[in-house]
Amino acid sequence: METPIEVSGLVKTFGRTRALDGLDLTVRAGEVHGFLGPNGSGKSTTIRVLLGLLRADAGAVRLLGGDPWRDAVALHRRLAYVPGDVTLWPNLSGGEVIDLLGRLRGGLDPKRRAELLESFELDPRKKGRAYSKGNRQKVGLVAALASDVELLILDEPTSGLDPLMEEVFQHWVRRAKQDGRTVLLSSHILAEVEALCDRVTIIRNGRAVESGTLTELRHLHRTSIDAEVAAPLDGLADLPGVHDLRVDGNRVRFDVDSAALDAALRRLTELGVRSLVSTPPTLEELFLRHYEAVPEELTR
Amino acid sequence: MSTLAGTRHLARLILRRDRVLLPLWVLVLAVLPMTYATSFFELFPTAAERAAYAAGTARNPSIVALLGPVYGESVGALTAQRGGFLLVIVALASLLTVIRHTRVEEEAGRRELLGGGVLGRHAGLTAALLVTYAADLLLGLLTAAGLASTGLPAAGSYAYGLGTALTGVVFATLGGLAAQLTETAGGARGIGIAVLGASFALRMVGDTASNDWPSWLSPLGWAPRIRPFEGERWWVPVLPLVASALLAAVAYPVSVRRDLGAGVLPPRLGPATAGRGLAGPFGLAWRLHRGQILWWSVGFGLLGLILGGAAEAAGRSVEGNPQLEQIMARIGGASGLADAYLGATLSLAGLAAAGYGIQAALRMRAEESAGHAEPVLATGTHRSTWLLSHVVFALVGPVVVLAVTGLATGLTYGLSVQDVPRELPRMLGAGLAQVPAAWVLAGLAVLLYGLLPRLAPVAWAVLAVCVLLGQLGAVLELDQWLLDLSPFTHTPQVLRDTWSATPLWTLAAIALALAATGLTAFRRRDVPVT
Repeated sequence: METPIEVSGLVKTFGRTRALDGLDLTVRAGEVHGFLGPNGSGKSTTIRVLLGLLRADAGAVRLLGGDPWRDAVALHRRLAYVPGDVTLWPNLSGGEVIDLLGRLRGGLDPKRRAELLESFELDPRKKGRAYSKGNRQKVGLVAALASDVELLILDEPTSGLDPLMEEVFQHWVRRAKQDGRTVLLSSHILAEVEALCDRVTIIRNGRAVESGTLTELRHLHRTSIDAEVAAPLDGLADLPGVHDLRVDGNRVRFDVDSAALDAALRRLTELGVRSLVSTPPTLEELFLRHYEAVPEELTR
Repeated sequence: MSTLAGTRHLARLILRRDRVLLPLWVLVLAVLPMTYATSFFELFPTAAERAAYAAGTARNPSIVALLGPVYGESVGALTAQRGGFLLVIVALASLLTVIRHTRVEEEAGRRELLGGGVLGRHAGLTAALLVTYAADLLLGLLTAAGLASTGLPAAGSYAYGLGTALTGVVFATLGGLAAQLTETAGGARGIGIAVLGASFALRMVGDTASNDWPSWLSPLGWAPRIRPFEGERWWVPVLPLVASALLAAVAYPVSVRRDLGAGVLPPRLGPATAGRGLAGPFGLAWRLHRGQILWWSVGFGLLGLILGGAAEAAGRSVEGNPQLEQIMARIGGASGLADAYLGATLSLAGLAAAGYGIQAALRMRAEESAGHAEPVLATGTHRSTWLLSHVVFALVGPVVVLAVTGLATGLTYGLSVQDVPRELPRMLGAGLAQVPAAWVLAGLAVLLYGLLPRLAPVAWAVLAVCVLLGQLGAVLELDQWLLDLSPFTHTPQVLRDTWSATPLWTLAAIALALAATGLTAFRRRDVPVT
């Protein structure tokens, strides 16, 4: 089976802006691949190149074994795409848009369409202009997930969905994976990526800075600890995996790798913990910590 | 008055946002009656000539239906009658201004942003109404001053200005009420325009019937019935004032009772599944364009009926004016003048049809900017197919609109000269002869869209230049090469005996070449270009 997405050295510039700067991305067949990065890092640009909407300036791009620019139409019949901001025609109902997009791709599964509508609690009779942001997103998701395609390309598909619907979305992505579909899931929500993805590519400033399985990327995780201890601190600094240790009397603050968390906490309890706050890293913090090229004031 | 808190600030915001649009329509609408008066003074200097014109106009039902009744033979009375259609434009401008600053704001969510601040419950509606009322009153004053400056009696001038202003006030208030009823600005505009259309129809019926009571029921019928310059009836303005008060008395309680963003009428639901027709890109394009093409056809059909009906009288309008009669005899007498009038009318329809073509082509730009093109192009739809699905409407649309105009014109003109079999095909041909020139502009819009999408609206500017060249070229005595820049200059006058079809083929070829180049460019460029 061919590799659904293979990108190497992709460059795309808009005027003077270099949106993609030698990006590499490989998505294997049957996997859910997380495509992570902050806003403006080039995720949507990459996806638009993959869809043949934007023309690459340099680099090699293969999509489902074809050239996304030249073979756009044939390839598009085999994939479904949900943009990050689904906009609907104001005078078409949600149901009409779902069917239209399905037919333009070559048909959708009516049974799954009905199931999807029910689980997303979407009223298909409303006109496009009457839907909220989250409901517009659902229209795009139902149209894509009801299609019989090999590849799903989802660009921040859950923006505007509430946590309950986020659950429903995850359920359907897992089902798509079970059915043997490949999924490229662009996101900046770390929890969503953690819950769904087999492998992850992290992009920053138009380059892939990290790519691998989640376990491989675990080392990126650091938990921030802010604790007050009974006895003066001792022996924490030499523990492997402890970073940025700051001691202020009995108060101690540090960041710790997930692997070293247990050892660090053991040391703290030996000293007698009076209070403890632990904060998991946000994606942005992860970036800031892992890639040192950060202005001074942001790290404080 | 805490319910009005912030009204002043909102009014200033409206004035700031409309600082170009508002003065523009006020000024244009105020100047037009003045120019009518000036031309009546020049064209019909004697009472006898004016009497002949007044009688001719009063006898012609399609002119009376379009512009309103003739109440006298003075220059003032003729000016007031000639300006009858301006009332519709004033009404429309006032209506749309109020909706633009109430429901449009609410639908876009900007009203919510302001509602979080110190803003009274009534401030939004009040500010929009006050600004529009002020614009209407200013328009009335300027109109009156302008008319008086041409030498018309002051009392009549002010009566006419007052009628204009109060017509605007009624429809502004109607806009305020419509904005409360529906969730969408489109729905509110629909209600407002439907009422405006019904008022116009009532006035048409009343003014052409033997008894004019339907006109008394129409807000558009009140202003003429003040009878400016012909024994002003100063009690008539009470009618629009009472009507406005009643409309406001309904609008305000409704606005208080409903939630922000909600309407009174429930939003209409659509089908849960797509019909058979909504399948390919052409099915989608049909859904997106069909409303426009329908309304343009209806509008142009009505216009054609009215103008065709007026042509015969226009041909005879010079009777009793020996100088003009002499000039007209040279171009073929009354029928020659009617043909000249019809030719000019249909060439205006050609310019408007080009506007339709540009509008339909630029729909692609709107689809791209709104993010609608991207998901469609990410399916099995070829770029060329998508583009063609819209270009078809940019090309077929002008044909439909001009054919309808030609047929409608031919029908009523044919009836008035009792020769429908001859005039119907002649006018259809004269309408269709405008198509190639309209295509050139539509083709230009496609080219711009494919090549330089950000500059696509420049096509409108090109149309504006064509309009100016066509309308003012002869007056300003511009050089022929300048006039030749407009494709409409090359459209042959097919109502004359001899004409050549070659320019039509050339124009059509140019239009297709422009569109084809646009298509090629579009296939190569990035989508979306923001």
